[in-house]
Amino acid sequence: MASKAMYSPSDPALKKRDDFEDILEERRNSSDLRYALKCYTPVMYKGLTPCKASMLKTLVLQSDALQYTINQVAVESGETAAVVQEEAVLILEEMAHRLQLRTVRFLAFALTKAFKMLYRSVFVNEEGIQRLQQAIQEYPVVLLPSHRSYMDFLMMSNILYTYDLSLPVIAAGMDFMGMKVIGELLRKSGAFFIRRSFGGDKLYWAVFSEYVKTMLRSGYAPVEFFLEGTRSRTCKSLTPKLGLLNIVMEPFFKGEVFDVHLVPVSISYERILEESLYARELLGVPKPKESTSGLLKARRILSEDYGSMYVYFGHPVSVRSLAQGRVNRAQYSLLPRHVPQRPDEETQAFVNEVAFRLVRLQEENMFLKPWALMATLLVQNPEGLDLPWLMERLDWLRALAVSFGAFLDWPAHVSVSEVLNSSVAIHSNLVCVSGGRLVLVPGDREATETPEQAVFNRAVSLLACASYRNQILHVLLRPALLATAMLTAASSRREDVYSSFSFLRNVFSNEFILCPGESVQDFEEACYLLVKCGAVQMLQQDVVVTEHGHVTVDFLFAVLKPFIQGYQTVCRYLYEEASESLSEKQFVPAVRNFAVKLILAGRLKHYEVLSSDLQKNALAALLRLKAVRKVKTGEQVNLKVNKTTVSSIEDTLGGKIPSRKAVLARL
Amino acid sequence: MASDSDSTKRQRSAEQRLRIIAGHLQKPDTDGHTGIAAQGCKAETAQPKSVKANTLPQRRQEVLKWNGWGYSDSRFLLNKKGQAEFTGKRYPLSGMILPSLKNWFEGTFGASEQHRSPAVPVLNASAVPVPNLNQAFMEELKALGVTLSQEPDDRVFRSHGHCLHEIFALREGRIGKVPDLVVWPSCHDDVVKIVELACKHDVCLIPFGGGTSVSGALECPPEETRSIVSLDTSQMNRILWIDEKNLMAHVECGIIGQDLEKQLNERGYCVGHEPDSMEFSSLGGWVATRASGIKKNGYGNIEDLVVHIRMVSPRGVIEKGCQGPRMSTGPDIHHFILGSEGTLGVVTEVTIKIRPIPEYQKYGSIVFPTFQQGVACLREVARQRCAPASIRLVDNDQFQFGHALKPQVSSIFTSFLERLKKFYITKFKGFDPQHLCVATLLFEGDREKVLQHEKQVYDIAATFGGLPGGEDNGHRGYMLTFVIAYLRDLGMDYFVIGESFETSVPWDRVLDLCRNVKERILKECNAKGVQFPPFSTCRVTQTYDTGACVYFYFAFNYRGLSDPVHVYEQVERAAREEILANGGSLSHHHGVGKIRKQWMKETISDVGVGMLKSVKEYIDPNNIFGNRNLL
Ligand SMILES: Cc1cc2nc3c(=O)[nH]c(=O)nc-3n(C[C@H](O)[C@H](O)[C@H](O)COP(=O)(O)OP(=O)(O)OC[C@H]3O[C@@H](n4cnc5c(N)ncnc54)[C@H](O)[C@@H]3O)c2cc1C
Repeated sequence: MASKAMYSPSDPALKKRDDFEDILEERRNSSDLRYALKCYTPVMYKGLTPCKASMLKTLVLQSDALQYTINQVAVESGETAAVVQEEAVLILEEMAHRLQLRTVRFLAFALTKAFKMLYRSVFVNEEGIQRLQQAIQEYPVVLLPSHRSYMDFLMMSNILYTYDLSLPVIAAGMDFMGMKVIGELLRKSGAFFIRRSFGGDKLYWAVFSEYVKTMLRSGYAPVEFFLEGTRSRTCKSLTPKLGLLNIVMEPFFKGEVFDVHLVPVSISYERILEESLYARELLGVPKPKESTSGLLKARRILSEDYGSMYVYFGHPVSVRSLAQGRVNRAQYSLLPRHVPQRPDEETQAFVNEVAFRLVRLQEENMFLKPWALMATLLVQNPEGLDLPWLMERLDWLRALAVSFGAFLDWPAHVSVSEVLNSSVAIHSNLVCVSGGRLVLVPGDREATETPEQAVFNRAVSLLACASYRNQILHVLLRPALLATAMLTAASSRREDVYSSFSFLRNVFSNEFILCPGESVQDFEEACYLLVKCGAVQMLQQDVVVTEHGHVTVDFLFAVLKPFIQGYQTVCRYLYEEASESLSEKQFVPAVRNFAVKLILAGRLKHYEVLSSDLQKNALAALLRLKAVRKVKTGEQVNLKVNKTTVSSIEDTLGGKIPSRKAVLARL
Repeated sequence: MASDSDSTKRQRSAEQRLRIIAGHLQKPDTDGHTGIAAQGCKAETAQPKSVKANTLPQRRQEVLKWNGWGYSDSRFLLNKKGQAEFTGKRYPLSGMILPSLKNWFEGTFGASEQHRSPAVPVLNASAVPVPNLNQAFMEELKALGVTLSQEPDDRVFRSHGHCLHEIFALREGRIGKVPDLVVWPSCHDDVVKIVELACKHDVCLIPFGGGTSVSGALECPPEETRSIVSLDTSQMNRILWIDEKNLMAHVECGIIGQDLEKQLNERGYCVGHEPDSMEFSSLGGWVATRASGIKKNGYGNIEDLVVHIRMVSPRGVIEKGCQGPRMSTGPDIHHFILGSEGTLGVVTEVTIKIRPIPEYQKYGSIVFPTFQQGVACLREVARQRCAPASIRLVDNDQFQFGHALKPQVSSIFTSFLERLKKFYITKFKGFDPQHLCVATLLFEGDREKVLQHEKQVYDIAATFGGLPGGEDNGHRGYMLTFVIAYLRDLGMDYFVIGESFETSVPWDRVLDLCRNVKERILKECNAKGVQFPPFSTCRVTQTYDTGACVYFYFAFNYRGLSDPVHVYEQVERAAREEILANGGSLSHHHGVGKIRKQWMKETISDVGVGMLKSVKEYIDPNNIFGNRNLL
């Protein structure tokens, strides 16, 4: 029931969203310096215990919780507590932010200049800001922006500064710390740094979690982190990470605060700064180490047009109301609260579910440009599209997307062709109009290009396009799963369709955001949407395509096709080529080579499978489905393939075998 | 034994105590109305019984309200001049005008003189269901010669405790299920016979002590089809013997708190068990609910005070074979009886510890800048195990509430002093009147020790920013607890309903629990459509080595609500859930009764419930004691 409150299954097209304001507009008309020096007096949390950043550290170091772990670690390691304490001090030193207004003002000044060059506008929903302001006064607040670009948190702090809201403290990956100047700058603007992996390091975890909790409990500042853990290179939301979410919920679970409010923030870009960088990275060119000089080289970037940026502050979500009836907080009554306690299973499931729902909330309020629709069509027709046909399809797709609840920025009173042209203008590095067709910009051809290199070059453009398609994927996903299920199910009987649906959903649950355990709801949502748009009819026992529904169903199937084909290719590879000693490390390049060969042989149309993101997701799914097993031999982790299962999954994805046999799913 | 001067000193302090206890000598009604005096109930020792010193007559409704708290002659009202006034002569506040109460009341609740919600003035006897009597039982019972009554008002009076829903219904003239008969045994043997007859004829018995239950424990289960008999213990009210050598007294269960203290005081002793309801609640009731008194630190809770319990159950009489001060003889059977809430049998006699009346008593108070500091101080006091007989800490709201109850001061001088004190605390010391809170203290013992003790506590307080707030404030605080219970009736005259509830919780969770529960109340009231901001306030009333007892008052103006009691109950339930979620207990002393039954499993585990059930099944297989409390 709590879940319903967060995502209502009512008609998504009727969802009301706030209007946007451009915050750069004022910046273009008045002094940046004055803006940077403006009087800044944010409202604070009503239960604030005022404390300086240095005081904060002392609080953390002296906390019962940290002292407990220090003593425990001391006993376990045979060190003295003082030594361990020293270690804790160092960890905290390395981690802690040093937020100071001076730096924030400086950044406000410098970044505004940059933003004005990069973006036409930066849109923010002011009602969301007002809601946030209220929430900040009432409860500790956690800001949860989507993560598509480095710009995300720079922009977040900038916006909060602009609106006179308390500046957040931001959990950032340690990679930044390598960049000397920037690292320090970020620290002073509120970033704190956490190591990417600290698996079993109790002490690290204790320092880290106590640090975050102390800031949260005292109302020191809103805590900001990325649920997705890292920037999504594909514009698809990533499976949420639970570590920090667990930490910020705990003060509520343990009664230390009355409530915690989680604020999903959807940041969408008309054009992403890292666009082609991402594509290359997905294709296996390792990402450049985040170094200062690297960022500076990005100066070239400043001269390009990145269109507009949209930041939508969602409704604050009360952890308390979500947890009502779900979490038995009394479970914490039997241990002193400073002793670390693993929450019971229901609570863990609850946190996981909340994480997914929050990501869905982020998705829901992602502002979409017509370009996302164009990219969708382009990915389906990589050879290019005739303009008149494209425009017709675009108009059709717009209507479909809106009826599915897309938060789409389709300008009123403007012809489709104008819309098309302005999109092409911004994305001129990717597409162009040539001979009455919209086509991908041919990459810089070198005379000596090998066929493999050609595939690679094309893939860069296609994956970049695909990332814009991915922006709208969450809108189309459930109907697309249903459409695919209908086409691949053994019969049109509802049970069969559902069983195919839930098979697909299960296979793709590492690829897309699909809340665990909500197969039935998703199925119903998909049915509802497809019936609403007239593509599908529910008969007594059957789910059938209507007379005019084929266009829609085929289109939706085509949306999913690259993924289906990609997973099938991975399966095929594992079935045909994987040796006994395939190591986990070799997996990605091996699949890539296999796929390139297939493409060159003309046996594979979609390039999606070249993306390491898809490959890793597919592997994770196959591991989960027990088609592949990890075996540790010495230092190396090998993948052991169950060929029968792998082949059966491949077949089922293609609709060859009734999925019922593969997964025992029930309505 | 005691020298002359000693005994006069005792005499004096006894007199002093008589004044302190708010209960007042009411001319005893010498005559029970149905009036067949029980035979064969002699005192077991030669203790000559002085004139029957009972404060309350057998027909209690003659002096007590039938639909509200306490004595009929004592009530708050808004007089013709629109001023609040407390009537009667029994309490220090009686007959006084309380100039700021009305403003506080209106300001806090949004209540107003115009919006009245008066109670029906008299009990409509015809609304009382005709008694469902078991004829065979009646005949044998009559043959026993015990006093009994089928009068509607007697039965209605014994059909309820003082939960909000119970009183609210009475005020509206709604009478629910009531006992079919009331019997007044006058001694242990009477009870034995009554219980035998009840078993023989399958009649449901509900023990009734002082009727001050706040857990729905006295309500007749609606699903009960047998004849229900209320067994009123009030006539079993004698102190049977006093053993000065061993400092214990053997007392019948029906004696009410104020009589017990008064009678012992006359002999130079006290029990020191003083629940806020002590004017009306009974010894048996205390045992049956695991009661706790304000002077717990000096004397202990009821379970610490009892030496011996005698209970009549359907299986027979249960009691221990000696009165050794402590025994290792398996699980303590007393602990099945303590808190049994009338489900296992009737506690008939109790041997209880007594103490010489303390030579010296001193009140005190400490003002803290914040509640947080106050709690920290109490924690420290508990850590050093130097808590005075009583120490309580009220939050800011309750502090202001206490202020609203200040009577008109006749002397300009006192009010000047008052203002000076206030000025000193709020201006000079920088205390914020919107945040400061007060601890009230009661020290007992010999004079020197008290003064020493006092210094120790004030020294601790100083380290938490606490300033002495004067003896008067302390004294007033304790005195007010007796009259505060009367305020609910005033509220109910003006659309305001409320109640108190309590819990116990480890020290480190006290502040979080207080904050969260208050906030939860606010939220729930909002969600349930309460139109006015609710009043929710708390105090820490008991300290222990490891934790504290926290007591909440919660009230709101219900104008605009169609089912206010239901809303109230929903909010209280939510508050209780919040308490449990914050590591608090289901109850520190009010008990479970019916209104907190739903949480018993999580409170004592399934096996725990099973254990209690099996005891119940053995002792009372036919559920003769069928009030259905606890389980
Ligand atoms: C204004 C107010 C203040 C209060 N303050 C306190 C306080 O400070 N501390 C505290 O502990 N409680 C307090 N209470 C609660 C109440 O007074 C206690 O629960 C008290 O112990 C009940 O005693 P009683 O004699 O009134 O019992 P009743 O209300 O008559 O009965 C309570 C339960 O005990 C059973 N019972 C009564 N007598 C016997 C017996 N002889 N044998 C077997 N079962 C019996 C009844 O069947 C019933 O289930 C307060 C209540 C009110 C209304």
